[in-house]
Amino acid sequence: MNTGYAEARIEAAQDVPVIRITRDFHATPAQLIKAHTDPELFARWVGPDGMRTRILEWDARNGGAWRYVAARDGEEFAFRGCFHTVADVRIVQTFTYEGMPDDVALETLRFEDLGDGRTRLHAQSLVDSFEARDAWLASGMETGVNEGYGKLDALAASGEL
Amino acid sequence: MADPLSKMFGALSDPIRRDMVARLTEADATVGQLAASYDVSLQAVSKHLKVLEDAGLVTRSREAQKRPVHLQAEVFDLMTKWIERYRRQAERRYQRLDAVLDELTDRPQRKGEAS
Repeated sequence: MNTGYAEARIEAAQDVPVIRITRDFHATPAQLIKAHTDPELFARWVGPDGMRTRILEWDARNGGAWRYVAARDGEEFAFRGCFHTVADVRIVQTFTYEGMPDDVALETLRFEDLGDGRTRLHAQSLVDSFEARDAWLASGMETGVNEGYGKLDALAASGEL
Repeated sequence: MADPLSKMFGALSDPIRRDMVARLTEADATVGQLAASYDVSLQAVSKHLKVLEDAGLVTRSREAQKRPVHLQAEVFDLMTKWIERYRRQAERRYQRLDAVLDELTDRPQRKGEAS
């Protein structure tokens, strides 16, 4: 079994409007990069549970754009952004939930090789303000379909937290 | 932002208010004691406290003359639970990613797991 971050750990930074998630995987950095940049693979895990992800645009190169729709029960939530950097152990990209088109998060994924085919993912999401960050976190408690839920889905469906 | 939780997070979106809360985790304090730490007016401190109070994060004694400010620690337990819920969503997503990674053929075998 993993030691360290076998389960995802989350941290809401005190000094900057950032959410950090750390999680260990039984895979190499290259495999994790593939699972994040191959559109078919990505659509299979990005979720959340019960949602179908349909990739509409996907150009996983420096400066390339992406866009996808997550659908459930006839409702659709669209997300888009740009791959700023796709490197061997690092992905930097922007993330926007189209329901809130003015809000852009900057997401940095760092894949730390732990050896033995294990990798630690350090995912950081920088949003516009503490209010936006905390509203995002807070929306995790909503159960109905409302704006908060859309924000939650934006976060939960991103796969790039 | 009308629901109680959003109100709490909103109240904590200000650095001075976060610092006040951090101070109140150590001990109750009067408005004057809190104001002494910041380069703002007593009135401004009262205003910040009002926001924290409205969000249910702190209470102020009605009896004592100096009306010390008290942190509602149980509220933070609730917030922690909500963040935990968010964390679990991330964890579920990464468990789906585990399953996808399992299928990548060049992946090293995981111990104790059916291949």
